[in-house]
Amino acid sequence: MMRTSLDQGTSDVSDQQGGVRTRTRAAIDAPHLRTDRWWLAPAATAAGLLAFIVYSTWRAFANADYYAAPYVSPFYSPCLAENCDAMRAGPNWDLFGGWWGISPAIIILIFPLGFRLTCYYYRKAYYRGFWASPPACAVAEPHKKYTGETRFPLVLQNIHRYFFYAAIVVAGILTYDTVLAFRDEHYEWGHMGLGTLVFLVNIVLIWAYTISCHSCRHIVGGKLKHFSRHPVRYRMWQWVGKLNARHMLLAWASLVSVALADFYVYLVASGAFDDPRLF
Amino acid sequence: MSGYTAQFKVWRGDVQGGGLEDFKVEVNEGEVVLDIIHRIQATQAPDLAVRWNCKAGKCGSCSAEINGRPRLLCMTRMSVFTPEETITVTPLRAFPVVRDLVTDVGFNYTKAREVPAFVPPEKLAAGEYRMMQEDVDRSQEFRKCIECFLCQDTCHVVRDHEENKTAFAGPRFLMRVAELDMHPLDAAAEAGLDRKQTAQDEHGLGYCNITKCCTEVCPEGIKITDNALIPLKERAVDRKYDPLVWLGSKIRRRSS
Ligand code: SF4
Ligand code: SF4
Ligand code: FES
Ligand code: FES
Repeated sequence: MMRTSLDQGTSDVSDQQGGVRTRTRAAIDAPHLRTDRWWLAPAATAAGLLAFIVYSTWRAFANADYYAAPYVSPFYSPCLAENCDAMRAGPNWDLFGGWWGISPAIIILIFPLGFRLTCYYYRKAYYRGFWASPPACAVAEPHKKYTGETRFPLVLQNIHRYFFYAAIVVAGILTYDTVLAFRDEHYEWGHMGLGTLVFLVNIVLIWAYTISCHSCRHIVGGKLKHFSRHPVRYRMWQWVGKLNARHMLLAWASLVSVALADFYVYLVASGAFDDPRLF
Repeated sequence: MSGYTAQFKVWRGDVQGGGLEDFKVEVNEGEVVLDIIHRIQATQAPDLAVRWNCKAGKCGSCSAEINGRPRLLCMTRMSVFTPEETITVTPLRAFPVVRDLVTDVGFNYTKAREVPAFVPPEKLAAGEYRMMQEDVDRSQEFRKCIECFLCQDTCHVVRDHEENKTAFAGPRFLMRVAELDMHPLDAAAEAGLDRKQTAQDEHGLGYCNITKCCTEVCPEGIKITDNALIPLKERAVDRKYDPLVWLGSKIRRRSS
């Protein structure tokens, strides 16, 4: 590549003089001059994500109080080992057999976890909130070197679309669970409790988040060069695009709703709360 | 609110060194930061260097940093600050300084030249180009760009890492790659140039970690990350990390 006068600043990067303190740039010592509360957003993001990590780790490893007929916690669905609670017509499938000793939630949580970890929004959230790369716009990051998503392991973020496919399956199973929530505790159909409502809200948010995914937007139509030749996909792309513009909001809303749905099942299963029957 | 006296700190100096200089300066209703800089120039520091042209947010010349945030001097109203606030104005901090508020933005021109131009379709003469509106909507958003380079200045990939300037084109020029790759008549692929692939291999798309600062500062409100960079990343995945799509394209070989 052509070397320009700009490249000359690279020599002093190693001696604490990198980034905004590069010799050729305006001599200002402060790493940033922002006067607003720029730290608030990354701090709130980090706190929110941490709260969810703590809660979900506890619940995923608890291996208890995840089923109270007819409700199954979204963390344990589908339940794929022999040590799962028996759920009639529920999402049990003894795929892993008896050797699986620890909580069966771990098997299935890999998929939603991978989906959210590689999600374009969550990436922004944790790169900023946890990794300070950057902490906020025009605030110098503390790292000396930066290669972004060009190498292992972060280059793996590129497999996001495979997690998206898996997420569709998981959302399908959670939809099935929501349908099953229209039974009562004796597996009779045609009933509804407060839990059913919690499940309904959760599944709508899960679907909205999943469909608003950037990979989904690409797959349904974004990859095309000529929308005019694919009118149906164009319409789908526009529709997904509308949801996609709210992807961050949906990411948080569905994160909260899935935790709440699980917590609701926990309260009912542990006997701390009785599911009020609506009909 | 009518006239008051504001506290300003303006960076003055050149590549040899410099610092923030204090000014007390009159502010009137309806003014923007560029007016105040001009008043400082007219009344207190006649040799203060500042680049500007249209004073209407359209030429992209007056980019600077105000209270640490990359912004256009002519589009930042004084009414967003309280009269008590000290307002700090510095040149762009990602580029070499020339003098006072003027920086050398040549990096961006170098990067612009590195993006291969529109490849004309073979069988069409000039004047025969026909495109459907829905096929150009996406590129038209990107064409709103006024080349103020605020996004290039904010992007931490180069702002915080001078050494990445060789490998990384920056948001504005990755957006240009996206624009051409979405262009209904661009014949790059037919000519053997795969923009999806080169976005990653030659323009450093992988450096972007989609933290959206470019989008945050763009005075034209272009959704750079959502509409250009992420779609471009997905297109690169089609080429490089998705065996299914890759196989499909080998078998079917038709343009979509
Ligand atoms: S989204 Fe990417 S290109 Fe835009 S500022 Fe962030 S790292 Fe740079
Ligand atoms: S994309 Fe926006 S911020 Fe970047 S140069 Fe163009 S107008 Fe300026
Ligand atoms: S789920 Fe967020 S981008 Fe795919
Ligand atoms: S002077 Fe033209 S954009 Fe500010």
